[in-house]
Amino acid sequence: MVRPELVCPAGTPAALRAAVDAGADAVYCGFQNATNARNFAGLNFTLREMQEGVTYAHERGARVLLAVNTFPPAGQTPAWKQAIEDGVRLGVDAIIVADIGVARHVACAYPQQRLHLSVQAGASSPEAIRYYCREFGVKRVVLPRILTVPEIKAIHDEIPCEIEAFIFGNIGMMAEGRCSLTNYATGVSTNMDGVCSPAHAVRYEEDTRRNLTARLGVFTIDRFSCGEQAGYPTICKGRYCAAGRKSPYYAFEEPVSLNLSSLLPDLMRAGVSALKIEGRQRSRAYVHAVVSAYRKAVDDCLAGRPPLLPDLLALTEGHRETRGAFGGRRWR
Amino acid sequence: MMNSAENNFPARLQYLPLSLLAPLPLFTLQPLLQRVITHLSRRRPELFARFGAHTRKTFLIDPLNLPFVFLLRLDPRRPQLLARRREHPMAHDARIAGTFLTFLDMVDGRLDGDALFFNRDLVIEGDTEAVVCLRNAIDDMEGSVADDVADFFGLPGRAALFVLRRIKRNSGELR
Repeated sequence: MVRPELVCPAGTPAALRAAVDAGADAVYCGFQNATNARNFAGLNFTLREMQEGVTYAHERGARVLLAVNTFPPAGQTPAWKQAIEDGVRLGVDAIIVADIGVARHVACAYPQQRLHLSVQAGASSPEAIRYYCREFGVKRVVLPRILTVPEIKAIHDEIPCEIEAFIFGNIGMMAEGRCSLTNYATGVSTNMDGVCSPAHAVRYEEDTRRNLTARLGVFTIDRFSCGEQAGYPTICKGRYCAAGRKSPYYAFEEPVSLNLSSLLPDLMRAGVSALKIEGRQRSRAYVHAVVSAYRKAVDDCLAGRPPLLPDLLALTEGHRETRGAFGGRRWR
Repeated sequence: MMNSAENNFPARLQYLPLSLLAPLPLFTLQPLLQRVITHLSRRRPELFARFGAHTRKTFLIDPLNLPFVFLLRLDPRRPQLLARRREHPMAHDARIAGTFLTFLDMVDGRLDGDALFFNRDLVIEGDTEAVVCLRNAIDDMEGSVADDVADFFGLPGRAALFVLRRIKRNSGELR
């Protein structure tokens, strides 16, 4: 069994250090602008912070993967080119891209730079992945969270690059890189502005009985009764009234987090080279807890022991976990 | 495991400060609070870097088990931390409510804000983006802000923080 790389999120320098100290093999992060898909308020890295982060990680044997994984709108490619130039200059170990124009720019301008294909590219077939490998020299593909383990194994056998698969964190049912629900509700694009449910458009109201209403733009997307677990304010995980329904229901997906600890050995046997933890928007406490837990679980697998993971339920959305499509579940 | 430490802490004990501290005249607290926030802003200038356009925003920090609330304004030129009685209406851009120990754990970097929100241990109202900025700014500060504040008060401050953390740990053990 090949030792997989544990790829961990960092939304801030403190989270980067927490991830590296907890045993991350690689950390992924982005700059403070729309060039990455976690362009949230107060999050991400300045140039100086990125430089310090790269140094910190490299001194401890960890790699830094720079996410430049959004789609530049027409006429705005300079910001994406600048992010790539900065990343190359600062010595990041790989650049994660989604847009074919951005991929081509990296391949042409920096042919020695290692290139990863973001989950945002939505490449889920051997044909699509081989295209990216052939045209842009992509070395690793981050697979969308819509595949079963046998399907991942089948893809692995047909492509010339490494596979990175999500193992923990927030999970949506939308085809990644294609979802326009936030754009519809707020005018801000997840795929081009890099932010799903921008905080400026989110409002929470709790009444005197502790019932919580969550709004995105002008839309009420959920109402949680007192004591009921809440979720992220994303449209895809909201509850809605509809004709023929007696009560509000989850029209798309329920608030739930991915946790594939039980599938780690299967994923590793399927040829997955890198195991990815979601959560650049989360705190350093989350990063430390999840990375530590998965570091031990992966090491257990490699030693032939069953992976024993501490309870991470307290960190999950809605206090619920799923194996999603990886465990054979079909989306609605 | 990170979880709200006082989840199962006996409710009567958790809310004891609400009545114990009720007679405390706030004018005695005010000079201390202003010195604390001035000290913190000098010691942790990086706190302001993640605020962007939100440096003029006013946060109502509402520790539900204390008889007063705090008004926080993180303007780098003139940071403010004021104590006010909860029943007095106060203009603010965003309100963050939770128990005092929850806030302590958050500034210590021991609890995840999203998890607290999912668990309904944290209430957020008003300008969500400003709150997210505040959360990210505090979370990016290395070490413990609580330690900084305790150090500011010297031995009594460190002793008080030790006792609070002890209470927090014991409350976790009660689960």
